[in-house]
Amino acid sequence: MKRLITRRSFLTVGSVAAGAAAIGGWEALVRQGDGGPLIRSAETLTLRAQRLLQGRDALAREYTEADITPRFYANGTVQPDTPDYVQHQGSAFADWRLSVGGLVDTPLSLSLADLSAMPSRTQITRHDCVEGWSAIAKWTGVPLGAVLKRAGPKPAARYVVFHCADALELTLDGSGVYYESIDMIDAFHPQTILAHAMNGAALPVAHGAPLRLRVERQLGYKQAKYIMGIELVDSFAGIRGGNGGYWEDRGYEWYAGI
Amino acid sequence: MSEEAQPPRGAKVLVKRHSAVTRITHWINAFTLAVMLMSGLQIFNAHPALYWGRTGQDGDPAVLSIGAVEGADGTLKGRLLVAGAAIPTTGVLGVSDVEGIPTPRAFPAWATLPGFYDLGAARHWHFFFAWLLIANGALYLACGLVSRHLRRDLAPSRDQLTPRHLGREVLDHLRLRFPKGDEARRYNALQKLTYLAVIFVLLPLIVLSGLTMSPGMTAVFPHLLDLFQGRQSARTIHFIAVSLLLLFFIVHIVMVVLSGPWNNIRSMITGRYAIRTEEGA
Repeated sequence: MKRLITRRSFLTVGSVAAGAAAIGGWEALVRQGDGGPLIRSAETLTLRAQRLLQGRDALAREYTEADITPRFYANGTVQPDTPDYVQHQGSAFADWRLSVGGLVDTPLSLSLADLSAMPSRTQITRHDCVEGWSAIAKWTGVPLGAVLKRAGPKPAARYVVFHCADALELTLDGSGVYYESIDMIDAFHPQTILAHAMNGAALPVAHGAPLRLRVERQLGYKQAKYIMGIELVDSFAGIRGGNGGYWEDRGYEWYAGI
Repeated sequence: MSEEAQPPRGAKVLVKRHSAVTRITHWINAFTLAVMLMSGLQIFNAHPALYWGRTGQDGDPAVLSIGAVEGADGTLKGRLLVAGAAIPTTGVLGVSDVEGIPTPRAFPAWATLPGFYDLGAARHWHFFFAWLLIANGALYLACGLVSRHLRRDLAPSRDQLTPRHLGREVLDHLRLRFPKGDEARRYNALQKLTYLAVIFVLLPLIVLSGLTMSPGMTAVFPHLLDLFQGRQSARTIHFIAVSLLLLFFIVHIVMVVLSGPWNNIRSMITGRYAIRTEEGA
């Protein structure tokens, strides 16, 4: 009996159909720019894989004084211009207070003196910008974990959100104000500090005075500058763009360990 | 490459050239590397300079940089700085047309994914396909070991490694004379050595130098930073290794075309490769 469908015709029609489907699917993916949910799912895989390998406490490399970059490039905002910030800057941040609130037992309001009186950690680490460049500096500050322990995170707290004084983009609804967030594992990592000094001197305004975050196993855009408030939340879905950070709201990964 | 019954001399016979795993992983690999190259160029465009050592930022001495400068006539000129030489590259590198307007851009829109400037999107593409590259590579290596494909088809046999044989292969390649008859049943020695170098040197180098740029990974494996002499050196080595892979790709395509494009492509799709049995041999 003569077969209607030969192996050859089946393969030919099959290949053409598969090819057309592949091209169509590809076009749909590319049109989304970032590739859509499928392509973006790699971020979760990367986070899980890195956490599995890292455990909680694997440290980022620390360097020596000799490795410090002489003129560390200041990226993003270098001079916040809100009246509030400018006033604090004029009085050398004497009246500035860090608020710690949200899902905590004891909300805090800490002055620079309060923070300086707390146990401190100094680390010489490499700052890696998402764009590709790197620079090394010495940072001194309070371990974020110590501040959080004083406030007492409630069991529901899953993320620490950092509210900043600077706006990278002027927007009417405030969505251009810088903010960032990390999870509790990074918050309690030994190298995660609220830095108030850089290379042995008070933190310069261009680098985030009076207080900036250092979360050393992630890229530069996570290292929020000009921190005014810390908020513990169970989800960042309701905050500004809902993606956990200024750059995250503009398409970057929330997990920046790669 | 299974043994077939002896056909008459000079006849065209189809031999089984590539296993299904080799064919599938080859095409996934080709597609994956194309996406990774193009998204990688988009990522490079965010800071189009390469440095040596631990650190490197604007103003530091660069191994290579691509930029735009204003010419004497006020127009934008593309410029590649490499090894102390300034090479004009207007139209391709540094400055290229975006919707007909000369625009400062390290690599041109046609070479990047996405075509428009979007570092965040390019990173999503790059890392998704990085996982695919690893999964596909692991599948290929595991099957290659179990089926003995690596040893049987890629490891050069003793007779292929004599200076005399290698010298003849180089001359044959230069004269564009490709193996015929029984000799075409296996890869030639230059082919085997090149594939081995790509699979076991170039691709691992690209993966490892890529991982060395990840602050999360170097917290786990800090020795990667020592191996590559620092994060910025790793970034430079990543770029050089990919350039070598691109060179391999170009030579690979030229060889496919010169040595019988249809036969080669068919063998990588259906697995069957046509050879002519030797006449009067």
